[in-house]
Amino acid sequence: MAACTPSRINDFTLKIATVNGTGSASANTLLMKAIFRSGVPVMGKNFFPSNIQGLPTWYEIRVSRDGHLARSGSIELMVALNPETYARDVREVAPGGYLLYDSTWPRPVLLARTDITVLGVPLAQLCNENFTGVRTRILMKNICYAGALAALLNLDLERMRELLTETYARKPQLIESNMKALKLGFEYARAHFACPLPFALEPMDRTAGHIMIDGNTAAALGCVFAGATVAAWYPITPSTSLMDAFKGFCERLRVDPQSGEKRFAFIQAEDELAAIGMVLGASWNGARAFTATSGPGISLMGEFLGLAYYAEVPAVLFDIQRVGPSTGMPTRTQQGDLLACAYASHGDTRQVCLYPANPAECFTLAVEAFDLAERLQTPVLVVSDLDIGMNDWMCPQFQWDDAYRPDRGKILGRAEIEKLEKFHRYLDPQGDGIPWRTLPGVHPKGAYFTRGSGHTQFGTYTEDSHDYQVVLDRLMKKWQTAKSRVPPALIEGPGCEVGLVSIGSSDSAVREALALLAADGIALDYLRVRAFPFGEEVERFLAEHRLVFVVEQNRDAQLRSLLTLETGVEKAKLRSLLHYSGLPVSSHFIVEGVQAELRGASGAARPSAVGV
Amino acid sequence: MTYITKPKLTHPSLPQNALGMTRRAYEGALSTLCAGCGHDSVTAAIVEACWRLALEPQNLVKLSGIGCSSKTTAYFVSGAHGFNAVHGRMPSIATGANAANRRLAYIGISGDGDTLSIGLGQFCHAIRRNLDMLYLIENNGVYGLTKGQFSASADIGSRAKKGEVNRQPPIDPVLLALDLGATFVARGFSGDKQQLVPLIEAGLQHRGFALIDILSPCVTFNDHQGSTKSYAYTREHDEPAVQADFVPREAPILVEYAPGEAREIALHDGSRVVLRKAAEAYDPTDREAAGAAVKARMAAGEYLTGLIYLDPEGGSGEFHALNGTPQEPLNSLPFESLCPGSTGLQKVLGRYR
Repeated sequence: MAACTPSRINDFTLKIATVNGTGSASANTLLMKAIFRSGVPVMGKNFFPSNIQGLPTWYEIRVSRDGHLARSGSIELMVALNPETYARDVREVAPGGYLLYDSTWPRPVLLARTDITVLGVPLAQLCNENFTGVRTRILMKNICYAGALAALLNLDLERMRELLTETYARKPQLIESNMKALKLGFEYARAHFACPLPFALEPMDRTAGHIMIDGNTAAALGCVFAGATVAAWYPITPSTSLMDAFKGFCERLRVDPQSGEKRFAFIQAEDELAAIGMVLGASWNGARAFTATSGPGISLMGEFLGLAYYAEVPAVLFDIQRVGPSTGMPTRTQQGDLLACAYASHGDTRQVCLYPANPAECFTLAVEAFDLAERLQTPVLVVSDLDIGMNDWMCPQFQWDDAYRPDRGKILGRAEIEKLEKFHRYLDPQGDGIPWRTLPGVHPKGAYFTRGSGHTQFGTYTEDSHDYQVVLDRLMKKWQTAKSRVPPALIEGPGCEVGLVSIGSSDSAVREALALLAADGIALDYLRVRAFPFGEEVERFLAEHRLVFVVEQNRDAQLRSLLTLETGVEKAKLRSLLHYSGLPVSSHFIVEGVQAELRGASGAARPSAVGV
Repeated sequence: MTYITKPKLTHPSLPQNALGMTRRAYEGALSTLCAGCGHDSVTAAIVEACWRLALEPQNLVKLSGIGCSSKTTAYFVSGAHGFNAVHGRMPSIATGANAANRRLAYIGISGDGDTLSIGLGQFCHAIRRNLDMLYLIENNGVYGLTKGQFSASADIGSRAKKGEVNRQPPIDPVLLALDLGATFVARGFSGDKQQLVPLIEAGLQHRGFALIDILSPCVTFNDHQGSTKSYAYTREHDEPAVQADFVPREAPILVEYAPGEAREIALHDGSRVVLRKAAEAYDPTDREAAGAAVKARMAAGEYLTGLIYLDPEGGSGEFHALNGTPQEPLNSLPFESLCPGSTGLQKVLGRYR
């Protein structure tokens, strides 16, 4: 009955099982936002199908007074509204937990468990009696369960009204109908159950100075602030919302009020090949340009990414990873493109990658990606994922330094070209492996030929072995320079002999796991990789630890492969904890994996086992 | 002779254009194509057109894909930036480049393989976007660099050098462009410079997507008996639709055409195309009729050449016009006009609290 002890105040997970296309998203957002406004740290994760209407969808809301923003791995309250998934939803409730269902119709299957409390609310009946119209009734059923939950969890209805007022500022009639539905559920729960539940909410002050935002919106905002003007893309889940957000921000912030002129170009390409081609064309021509895609798009963009690497054309690409291989599960999350991105394209190609762990980093790394791409004259891939990109995360309010100016890198201006006797595109005059470039339309002496075929350091075509190698070796020198330019890995810990390495969205689950493990007497040092190539600090961390866990969300231990390929680490030292179910990794998966390895628990799952 | 560096000597008596530049200033590196290649004649026509238009070399951008044709961007206007993209993907590079800086002139050089097979999608979508560029196809019906396979423009019954006969219907870029709404469509022949040069001039000045499909024989793999893209066949089956002369904006009217004999179409910058009737009555502003005429000639085994279709209002639907971008190129907008700053950020984030 752990779930029901008073210590679970502001510490529980609520999961809502519905059918997609029924409008539950607004009810779920309303609940989560209301909790956030109560000052209680909250996480919301949407597990939705690749479908428009009729398939199962879940929304998981974790309330954590300690600010843990990952999945905990257990569900204390399930709102089971989808008959198709009742059986599994009932199974998932933690012992001592609660299950809320629509009691308009009898559900004998619910009686299968005696260790949970079942709460029946006749949602459909309440809505049918109080609303007219099929669609309205379906929509209001969602708001009605939000009302019932407000009573059960001790949420302030006035706070919900405040949110509805903001949402429906232009449709005031919806505020009253929504409030009516909220109250129906609220009053029913009050009248029939002992409210609040033992693990209910109590207002705190832990969300001040924070926002709730998804990573794709944050990345789009970063692109706006970095001064990106050309955005080209091909629709693909889960990257689409990044481009939608960019367009939305630009339409608000970049349209001249007098002339209506748009200080941006937003191009929906015919496919991903064209999308990255447009980005290269625009970047080559001096605009800050970017695209966003997901795994299948990365595969398609491979050829152009190789050209950009070799011809040294800046580009910014956001890969919002989803589940592969192939089409995989487009609406589920994974970190399965790490290798595909790091070595995108044929031949000796390597790409600079940045790995945000949360929306706040999506914002800052988006800006940094443009600076790095132009500084290093190469593509920069911001490797995010669906969990970061499409879920609302609680983040510290973003800050902006008004002194920031874009780093356009080594671009020769008209006067500088004028002074040159002759311009050579691929020379390395400063010894950092980064050549000077020129832009079209500036000076005829700056003209050069950009090509993916063999070229000399002077920019001319070649099939000569030596001339070819000079350029290839200089590109490697540039790669070495990149190591000290990219954001360094973040390292923390008391200085133990066992370490843990992780990447991207695994971070929040790792942080909670480290706290839980420390409480259990297992202390670990932690390194989170934030960029490829790896800096010296990664090499050092691996060398300094006897044993290093590598936590990542894919089957093939791709981060571990990168570490063994790119550092001198002894392979046997690295222990993988691999989570690749398509749902974000939970903290308990990591805790169990580490415990099993360090304590050698017999019969415990191998660390590489699939989690839930 | 391709190993010899091209001499840069310019004879003082060479004629100069409005910028005081000779034709030599519009040349590029020495061609490495086969002697007699049609593409070299196209290159010469481009040099001539750019010189006549007195383009500032740095204001031209040369783009290409992969193949013999795509190599030619290195052979003209060495003072212009060039971008040799990947196979069939030049239109997307052109789209991005044009989006970044609308002030420059964009010329894309492609081949029938690059455009009609691997790059068919990008070609079609560049037309749909009405991208402001001149797109040249150096069309020889054959893959040269990989030694003689049929391309998608090979005609049914056309015979390969090794004897194989093509049985698949060709894709005709002119018909395709007409169908997709291209606002300037022409066909030329590399062996007819007189016809080709004004087409290139007009195509460069046209605002919007301009296509010139240029029959450009491959002397090595497709110039034999039985080929429908050989010099001999093309010369014999070339049927000019109309003779188009290009008259720059600044030029005084020197030639007086008798009424009914010529028709003028003004381009967006004030320059004009003067059309003189060829063998038959032909209206190059009628898209339907143009398509029908191309098909009729094709059925007779002939190539309709010249200015096939021109929509003088085509610029109104041009990429930037539809997008609503400012006249100032996107790549040179001041950062302050792009970044909302810390105050703007706090405002934006209000709704996420």
